[in-house]
Amino acid sequence: MAAMKNCHNDYKMKFSVDEEFPDLSLHNNHMAKVLNKDIYSKLRGKSTPSGFTVDDVIQTGVDNPGHPFIMTVGCVAGDEESYEVFKELLDPIISDRHGGYKPTDKHKTDLNFENLKGGDDLDPNYVLSSRVRTGRSIKGFTLPPHNSRGERRGIEKLSIEALSSLDGEFKGKYYPLNGMTDAEQEQLITDHFLFDKPVSPLLTCAGMARDWPDARGIWHNDNKTFLVWVNEEDHLRVISMQKGGNMKEVFKRFCVGLQKIEEIFKKHNHGFMWNEHLGYILTCPSNLGTGLRGGVHVKLPKLSTQPKFEEILTRLRLQKRGTGGVDTASVGGVFDISNADRLGSSEVEQVQLVVDGVKLMVEMEKKLEKGESIDGMIPAQK
Amino acid sequence: MASSFTRILSSKRNVGILSLVGGSVAAGFLLHREHVTAGEPLRRRYPASAEYPDLRKHNNCMASNLTPAIYAKLCDKATPNGYTLDQAIQTGVDNPGHPFIKTVGLVAGDEESYEVFADLLDPVIKERHNGYDPQVMKHPTDLNATKIQSGVFDERYVLSSRVRTGRSIRGLSLPPACTRAERREVERVVVDALSGLKGDLTGKYYSLTLMTEQEQQQLIDDHFLFDKPVSPLLTCAGMARDWPDARGIWHNNEKTFLIWINEEDHTRVISMEKGGNMKRVFERFCRGLKEVERLIQERGWEFMWNERLGYILTCPSNLGTGLRAGVHVKLPRLSKDPRFSKILDSLRLQKRGTGGVDTAAVGGVFDISNLDRLGQSEVQLVQTVIDGVNYLIECEKRLEKGQDIKMCSSGSNVPNTHLAGSGSVL
Repeated sequence: MAAMKNCHNDYKMKFSVDEEFPDLSLHNNHMAKVLNKDIYSKLRGKSTPSGFTVDDVIQTGVDNPGHPFIMTVGCVAGDEESYEVFKELLDPIISDRHGGYKPTDKHKTDLNFENLKGGDDLDPNYVLSSRVRTGRSIKGFTLPPHNSRGERRGIEKLSIEALSSLDGEFKGKYYPLNGMTDAEQEQLITDHFLFDKPVSPLLTCAGMARDWPDARGIWHNDNKTFLVWVNEEDHLRVISMQKGGNMKEVFKRFCVGLQKIEEIFKKHNHGFMWNEHLGYILTCPSNLGTGLRGGVHVKLPKLSTQPKFEEILTRLRLQKRGTGGVDTASVGGVFDISNADRLGSSEVEQVQLVVDGVKLMVEMEKKLEKGESIDGMIPAQK
Repeated sequence: MASSFTRILSSKRNVGILSLVGGSVAAGFLLHREHVTAGEPLRRRYPASAEYPDLRKHNNCMASNLTPAIYAKLCDKATPNGYTLDQAIQTGVDNPGHPFIKTVGLVAGDEESYEVFADLLDPVIKERHNGYDPQVMKHPTDLNATKIQSGVFDERYVLSSRVRTGRSIRGLSLPPACTRAERREVERVVVDALSGLKGDLTGKYYSLTLMTEQEQQQLIDDHFLFDKPVSPLLTCAGMARDWPDARGIWHNNEKTFLIWINEEDHTRVISMEKGGNMKRVFERFCRGLKEVERLIQERGWEFMWNERLGYILTCPSNLGTGLRAGVHVKLPRLSKDPRFSKILDSLRLQKRGTGGVDTAAVGGVFDISNLDRLGQSEVQLVQTVIDGVNYLIECEKRLEKGQDIKMCSSGSNVPNTHLAGSGSVL
């Protein structure tokens, strides 16, 4: 690809590092913890072939100082090459975020659903729904913080071609955000499928909402169990879900669907962005590796009020969210429980942790219902 | 302007910033359109037709004027600083607009944007500023407050008077495009100059990052503090980047002269006081502006200005004088008269609620100010407000007495003809 000159960056180089270095004194995010004048000085003269610079990478983290309790990443990639060109900044951030993952580590990808043990017997009286999501980036295009309208439309076009060729349980339909009927929109809202223009400044300050809703859309299969978001926070977000606790089935559909889609993109010479160090390449460094969040909505009213609840989750390598998603509160003792890890373990391993961990917590909940102690059941750190 | 400019060219501090613009610096900044050197052309992956925005649901000045042909002509260009057309129009693409309020839909990233993207900006300016044609017309600047006549209002009706404008520092990029270093330089230059103000203009600077809680509370109580922009019109144009770095508020001890630094423009300058003495407000405004200009020139800087477009600001709607002169005035009866809007139109005035643009009036008190910015001088516009408000008060008084109002003729000295049906609302 021909290199694109970033004239604005050349212009900025006339100013000194001290003059340009951001004020991060009130900041609490991964970027702010890692970035110093030395790293900034080394990286500020560089740009990726498509013209993405270190200031572009960090803008969202500069604009969003963060939260005293929640540690956001504070940076994004503009293209596949960002992770290489800005290694000096991104490698330490990746290490902090992903449990000490080293620049020399290799990430294992395993989308062989048959390797998952169990997962078809989670008690539906407790486990209300099961879901696995990930993201995929299409090689040869830049990422949402940086892509132009032409590129975004190119991604949409390719995605529609790939998805409309799916058949069997994957046969479905695409709904472009800028063209769906009122009735279609209502239905998608009712199904909880419709995604909105991002309002979170974490995303808007990174430029991901530009040109909304141009080339954005939702595809789902007729059964409403397999859903793809096009051009939201990543090129593609792929979701497999269903009511009840049969995570095994959800994961199988997830793996099969993903592999079918990938084959079609590969045929067009636009496979998915992936490498053996970082796994699947996505916009936010927090989603590298598998990009997978596998989880359930599960009723744990008693367990969740136990003082050891957080500790149990940590040891099981799980995290909790409210049922509205990240940063929401739980309602009626129902929690969204999912894997905490993304990079350094495979898809099968991460979903296995969810399946095993949730099974254990449901048993704990049942014990507490009977008034019995769960002290003997506390797991070791996984 | 030219002689002070050569001083800028020789000033060491600025050579670094200006030298990168290339060999045609002098010609560029004298801003004869043919001489501005655009930056290196961009290499695109997709043709212009694949990149042209979808503007079918849009209702703003940019969307009305950006044809595929103009887009194709300009999309590969960049200003010397690297600012592109896509950046300039992003806010208008992201904010389709409102069926009743027509926003501008584009911004300038630097002084050169108005030249490099003139094929789009000139028609937008023409539409927004009532037919003013930047290709042939000249904008008059007049900050001689002694020319103002009868500028003291009846204080039973006029509660407060205010004049605001903006000024940009030549040689530094504008808020949509400026780097952190440039923004900090704007702050340094302006704060340094303001520290030289004396007499009734003596004052103090409050940096947004450094102010104490007490200072912050006082500024809030005085209604001086500005917030991080939340309007997507501004955020989508990149004006809130790096907040609150290098942003601040300066005001004089008497709290009648106030300057915002690095909000929507490099500076916003406001003169105000309670009551109806608009003449004094304007006199202080002119004096303060001229004094600030003198102080920055001493240090080798100047304001962005040219005779086509007057004072250069971020939003094309603020070109020319960038001036909004207004009062808070009690018009409970007149405002209920069905002829009110038409009267305001013919006086070249606009009404807002007392919370500012897009707010409702409370207790029959309206913010009445000039509609126009470009094509008439500061003196002319302020006189228009004075004459218009005096007339409105007369109408209110007549209605109080049970008399009917006397309709004024719509003659006013408007050099650029008000185009019937241009329909733009500020």
